[in-house]
Amino acid sequence: MQALSRAYSSDLAWSFRHSWTARISTLLLAVLFLAALLAPLLATQNPYDISQLFLLDSELPPAWAEGGDPRYFLGTDEQARDVYSSILYGLRLSLIVGFASVALAGAIGISLGLLGGFMGGMVDGAIMRVADILLSFPAILVALLVNGIARGILPPDRHADAAIWVLILAIGLTNWVQYARTVRGSTMVERQKEYVQAARINGVSGMGIMVQHILPNVLGPVLVIATINLGMAVLTEATLSFLGVGMPTTQPSLGTLIRIGNEYLFSGIWWVVIFPSIVLVVLVLAVNLLGDWLRDALNPRLR
Amino acid sequence: MLGFLVRRVIQSVFVMLAVALIAFLMFRFMGDPVNSMVAENASTEERAAVRERLGLDQPLWLQYGRFVARAAQGDFGLSWRNARPVSTLLAERFPATAELVLVAAVLSLVLGIPLGILTALRPRSFPAQSLQLISLIGISLPTFVTGILLILVFSVWLGWLPSFGRGDVVDIGWWSTGFFTLAGLKALILPSIMLCLFQLTLIMRLVRAEMLEVLRTDYIKFARARGLSNRSIHFRHALKNTLIPVITIFGLQLGGLIAFAIVTETVFQWPGMGALFIQAVSFGDVPVMAAYLVLVSLIFVIINTTVDLLYAVLDPRLRVDGARGAH
Repeated sequence: MQALSRAYSSDLAWSFRHSWTARISTLLLAVLFLAALLAPLLATQNPYDISQLFLLDSELPPAWAEGGDPRYFLGTDEQARDVYSSILYGLRLSLIVGFASVALAGAIGISLGLLGGFMGGMVDGAIMRVADILLSFPAILVALLVNGIARGILPPDRHADAAIWVLILAIGLTNWVQYARTVRGSTMVERQKEYVQAARINGVSGMGIMVQHILPNVLGPVLVIATINLGMAVLTEATLSFLGVGMPTTQPSLGTLIRIGNEYLFSGIWWVVIFPSIVLVVLVLAVNLLGDWLRDALNPRLR
Repeated sequence: MLGFLVRRVIQSVFVMLAVALIAFLMFRFMGDPVNSMVAENASTEERAAVRERLGLDQPLWLQYGRFVARAAQGDFGLSWRNARPVSTLLAERFPATAELVLVAAVLSLVLGIPLGILTALRPRSFPAQSLQLISLIGISLPTFVTGILLILVFSVWLGWLPSFGRGDVVDIGWWSTGFFTLAGLKALILPSIMLCLFQLTLIMRLVRAEMLEVLRTDYIKFARARGLSNRSIHFRHALKNTLIPVITIFGLQLGGLIAFAIVTETVFQWPGMGALFIQAVSFGDVPVMAAYLVLVSLIFVIINTTVDLLYAVLDPRLRVDGARGAH
């Protein structure tokens, strides 16, 4: 109870209560996360299950348009898949890839940043050179390249099963640089402090100092980076899937759904492409707004 | 200044060698090059002969050296997919991408700078406020969604503009251009708008922020005290200092334009290098991927180095610091 009231009166909570963008984006994200989590319950059909698709119901417009069917609220695509249900399942995949790649990027970036900042010298130089080179290339290009290499190594018949892992790897390997730079900076500051010297005198190993003592003190800004990173990761996944090198059509993410819809744009079937696009834009916009707010709210210089 | 220049160039060479190493490792370890060279039922001796002819029995560093030497001459071997020389494939498709990126880059500057100035000088006016809001949406909208919306509105519903291809092109030597035919120019409109939109919003927001910053400085106040006209203050004094960071960001973003041309080319079925690269990625066509990577990296490195040098030339403050090595 006391912890609750303390959390309520904290700076962050105050800033949250006074920022309408923060509240709206949190609300939107909560709705989207819940929708993704409860997708099997909320969906009216399982778009992966062919036995639930009735070809007679294909290419139906949304329920409110002329010729719409109330069973398919947002209409159906050319394979009679319910657009609303596919969006729920697609959102789920997009978020899984997003969160997993943020976790991977964070793990790589934090470890390398901690190592570089603590060790200094050659190790630090090598890590930072790699980071510099990676940073001078657009993220989408690096992700495409990792993706292409993974596809070249895997046999073609495994591409569809492995797609989700390849995506997580490609996006995670692309985005670790920012974490590494930030963590390295704060580690170099923390390393000089007395508590680290005290730990050294007590005979704690370098590894122990890094993980037990410095790590908890450098994690603050990581939260902000992770939030902004989630928006980018979701966007990168959608772009890769749209380009046809991401999630396969049998397991569509939001990007794949937009790709499928794009192919039928000229037959006037706009709903298959527009609704997944709207969900994607709302998701990315909400994450970005929340990230912007968090960055400002946690930045002491802006108070 | 000279030391800075030399260091910058050495750094670029190292980046290119690193990129070439990645490309080389892709060649060497993704799939067996021998398999793509010999017939399916080749004997072990034939394979060994090919292996020797390709120099695959030599130490790795020697192979890498030869790879770099060949890459420097533009030789990346044959595409695994259609067995044509990779350099020819890229050369055929280079003009399409170059024209698209050029038009998008010019558009983003020509529109972005004036709009940025407008929003900075009249921040409370209605156009400025709405531009700020639109730019926020422009930054959050995925590029391919923008492209699809453009096609839906201008091609499907209104039927004004073509939604795929380059229209009619004219060949000038090996360069094919869409600049001299009406159909070619019309085909350029939607893809270049899609490609430049993100860039445009970025430049607009940057110019606005820089301009607001510069207008608060003392030398502007002094210029006002001297009784100079608003026009002279804004466009002769303030604008010069505003544009220096814009050059850096623009240079860096030019690389982004080339990368995002991949997406634009896919949406509009534009026959450029990016579309070729995407095909190579989905088929695991290593020679094309490697060549694209090296070529695009070379362009990036040249742009980045030029921007850094240009920066030193344009900003007198950096020239004084130059002896200590500007960043």
